[in-house]
Amino acid sequence: MKLDDDDSSLSMALQQESDNKAKMKPVIFVDEIRKVYDSGAVKVEALRGVSFQIEKGEFVAIIGPSGSGKSTLMHILGCLDVPTSGRFELAGEDVSRMNEEELAAVRNRRIGFVFQQFNLLPSLNAWKNVELPLIYAGVDATRRKAMAIAALSRVGLGDRISHRPGELSGGQQQRVAIARALVTNPALILADEPSGNLDSKAATDVLGLFKELHQSGRTIVLITHDREVAAQAERTIAIRDGLIGTSLEEGGSR
Amino acid sequence: MNFLETLKTGVSSILTHRLRSILTILGVMIGITAVTLTVGLGQGAQGQVASEISSLGTNLLTVTPGSTTSAAGIRGGFGSASTLTLSDANALSNPIVAPDIQAVAATNTRSGTLVAGNNNWTTSVVGTFPTWLGVRGRSITQGRFLSASDIANQSNVVVLGSVTAAELFGGRDPVGQSVNIDGVPMTVIGILNTVGSSSSASATSSLDDQAVVPFTTLADEIVGGPNRDSLSSILIEARSASSLSAAYQEADAELLALHGITLAADADFSIQSQQSVLSTATSVDKTLTILLGGVAAISLLVGGIGVMNIMLVSVTERIREIGLRKALGATPRVIRRQFLIEASILGLVGGLIGVALGIAGAVILPHFISNPIKLSIPAMAGALVVAVGIGVGFGVYPAGRAANLPPIDALRSE
Ligand SMILES: Nc1ncnc2c1ncn2[C@@H]1O[C@H](COP(=O)(O)OP(=O)(O)OP(=O)(O)O)[C@@H](O)[C@H]1O
Ligand SMILES: [Mg+2]
Repeated sequence: MKLDDDDSSLSMALQQESDNKAKMKPVIFVDEIRKVYDSGAVKVEALRGVSFQIEKGEFVAIIGPSGSGKSTLMHILGCLDVPTSGRFELAGEDVSRMNEEELAAVRNRRIGFVFQQFNLLPSLNAWKNVELPLIYAGVDATRRKAMAIAALSRVGLGDRISHRPGELSGGQQQRVAIARALVTNPALILADEPSGNLDSKAATDVLGLFKELHQSGRTIVLITHDREVAAQAERTIAIRDGLIGTSLEEGGSR
Repeated sequence: MNFLETLKTGVSSILTHRLRSILTILGVMIGITAVTLTVGLGQGAQGQVASEISSLGTNLLTVTPGSTTSAAGIRGGFGSASTLTLSDANALSNPIVAPDIQAVAATNTRSGTLVAGNNNWTTSVVGTFPTWLGVRGRSITQGRFLSASDIANQSNVVVLGSVTAAELFGGRDPVGQSVNIDGVPMTVIGILNTVGSSSSASATSSLDDQAVVPFTTLADEIVGGPNRDSLSSILIEARSASSLSAAYQEADAELLALHGITLAADADFSIQSQQSVLSTATSVDKTLTILLGGVAAISLLVGGIGVMNIMLVSVTERIREIGLRKALGATPRVIRRQFLIEASILGLVGGLIGVALGIAGAVILPHFISNPIKLSIPAMAGALVVAVGIGVGFGVYPAGRAANLPPIDALRSE
């Protein structure tokens, strides 16, 4: 299969296809999601019944204090973890019923995930880290490299493509992680504190990038501590102690 | 994701984790080299024993005269006359009577003193026929062996073992020289091949120290008297190893009939095969094989445990990588395949280096130690399979398990 740099990518087509199947279904639909971490002696209830939905093309910020369950929720939305109970539908499809192949395809093509801890492979340099999802998408080597370098340039790291993660600053590593999430042109971008390690200038740039992606039709969900960042989103979901709280303030642009 | 990409990912992963890869290769390599050499040493020793046994004459039966003190004590028993005679030997060499017997050599062996110039030497003097050479599986290195006309003419000729020749003539060429045996002058016509080796002096040295003369010459000129035609043994060569027992039956039946004996227990002769020698040798072989096999198994086990450890550790420290690859869209199948390729490459590289070292060792080592090394293909192949199997098993199984976890669980592992 092929992926294009422009907006009419196959991942979009895939998204479209499943959208057609499930007309008007929200991109994300969660109902009474619970997540319990059971490490023998202690049970931590990280999510205690969370329900909401996100429509196609929305730009949503999730805010909440540390330890409130934001990352836990985000991992479930990214199909990287499974809820203990509750229902999660991705564009109308019940994720709990997907098999490993389908899940891999969703993670690879429909979702771009930016990890809070970056999760770069230390033995690979920047562009090789960024090209990883393209390998699993079946893109050929020359196109992979070009696309990886383009994605790195987009986050302002065009001059650091051959550096390994250990040779990059925290903020630079974060931008490599963002480039990796963008490289497949996914329709849904989930970003766990993508500006957490950035100075205000770089944070503004990254936020601008997300806004740009949003304008071109992508659905963006990002976690932030920063109310100013949250204010840039269309909508804010507040989370506290594993429960959806009252949104303290609605997004600024609405 | 196609196979070539997986292969590339595997190879680049091997190259980036150089130390780990080298350790894995070393583990496999040591195991296989050790197995190749220990099994090779064992088989080399077995080969040596087998060739020494065959130097005693393969397919050989020896008929010796028995005691005459049974219930039928009246038979035989005149002085020291043997119960075996030349006519017994002639009967056995008849292919109609004994179809499984290839050749027969009657012998009369006695101790004699050989004198050549100032040297004298006491050894066994064998009076026999031209068939003796083939039956005993010997050959001539110089000159010739006894011929039919030597028998017919009672020629005064002798064929010497190499040790005997050396004792009597030192470095000189013995062929054509004359030697006195118990006072009878003889001409040396040939020298027997050397079969003894330093490692088994007692078993085979007598084969290199003897004097072989025409049966008729020995009977007339050295023995004489009423015992001149009595035999000390009849050597029988069976057609093949598989017809050895048939040849035994035929010889036994024919001799019993010739001697007019109805009860096998009353037999006035006995027939021995090389069985006793063989069975001793076989049991030594078995012990050796078990011992060396044990050593080989232990070295393979040690190498295997080494490979297993490295594989387990390397997969454990790569569970985060597995989680990440899965989060980015790798299916469990692709991940398993990547680890399978990595483990197979490491195993095969280590295995092939191990085999190469084993072969090199088998070529070089015999120059420094006296033992021959015989390479065993099945042992090498077996070791290769075991080592690669262990590497693949302990590399792929935990990777496959990690690949079935939700990506976050794998990413969180320490
Ligand atoms: N693997 C785990 N095992 C046990 N408890 C966990 C695990 N992961 C998270 N938790 C707990 O679940 C709760 C929610 O964690 P989570 O990572 O979702 O918080 P967060 O909102 O992302 O916090 P932060 O803003 O600091 O990143 C915390 O109390 C945390 O201790
Ligand atoms: Mg978090």
